[in-house]
Amino acid sequence: MSENSAHHVVSPKIYAAILAALLLGTWLTVQAAKIDLGPWNIVLALVIATIKMSLVILFFMHGKYSPRRTQLVIISGFFWLAIMLGLTLTDYRARTPEPSRTANPPAAAVDRS
Amino acid sequence: MHRTGELYGQFKTLDQQKETATLGMWIFLVTEILFFGGLFLTYTINRHEFPTAFGIGGNMLDLFLGGLNTVVLIASSFTMAMSVWSAQTGKKPLVTIFLSLTLLLGSVFLGVKVVEYKQKFDHRLVPGRNFDVTYCSKNPASVCGLTQKEHGDEIKEIREGVELEGGEIALNAHAQLYFSLYFGMTGLHALHMIVGAGLLLYLILQARKGRFDASYNTPVENIGLYWHFVDIVWIFLFPLLYLINRHLA
Repeated sequence: MSENSAHHVVSPKIYAAILAALLLGTWLTVQAAKIDLGPWNIVLALVIATIKMSLVILFFMHGKYSPRRTQLVIISGFFWLAIMLGLTLTDYRARTPEPSRTANPPAAAVDRS
Repeated sequence: MHRTGELYGQFKTLDQQKETATLGMWIFLVTEILFFGGLFLTYTINRHEFPTAFGIGGNMLDLFLGGLNTVVLIASSFTMAMSVWSAQTGKKPLVTIFLSLTLLLGSVFLGVKVVEYKQKFDHRLVPGRNFDVTYCSKNPASVCGLTQKEHGDEIKEIREGVELEGGEIALNAHAQLYFSLYFGMTGLHALHMIVGAGLLLYLILQARKGRFDASYNTPVENIGLYWHFVDIVWIFLFPLLYLINRHLA
């Protein structure tokens, strides 16, 4: 099988290994959620999900074997996502609660240190 | 629709033609990342604002069915990857088999989703007039199919929730936000699955005619990219929706 950039063939062994890793990740994330880690529960869940996503993109979606141009497009997607999430969340955090909320704030919303 | 593996005038080589198609698919997927990203952003802000109601909502989802669907979808991504491999190595009968397996697993996912949605209707957890997050805790355990222990835990959780949120009305309002996002996000994801199932059906019909081999398999590869993307969305939806407060349950 000729190996050029457009036709890189990934072997079924690698696919099977990724499948096993993804199933392990799913098991791990369920187990991790049952332990009380306080604010770190969500961080751990997102770290595991990001690792799983990276495996899918790199191997199932051939990101690792794609031309540089395609890789740049993939990364740009997450870059824009980071702008959307990052700038909106910092803006949101910097604002005082809306007037409608301050009248009768739910207990959960008071913590805005 | 289009003639198999023909070189179009604007390209120099078939490789360049294929790379261009894949690049275009990725650009589409970038727009999809941002499309779902908006919903994840909405979820993040509301969860930060109402952690108690979101925790209670998350614990009302069926962890077993959610976990099962995660496994089913990951398996379908594997069979999709294998159908690309089968096409690339010219194993024509295998292409059809792996594509059919992918469609089958995708259908299982949607079937489980139907069971879950039905359960949410029965438990009064669909946003609207009949929404009542306290419904299962106020009725005998058998009404929602809970064990005595689960029922006791839920009564306790709801009581604490009402206290923390400052009343049943507030708890219901904020839990309704959670379930709106639950149905919005899983619904949009399921819609993508339905579109994917249609695309797979098209691929299977083409593969049965022996259209895909080592020299031409762009549709299998690009629809595969779409399918994996939908899998990735679920990889994030599962922990964010189902596992918020499991350590308290």
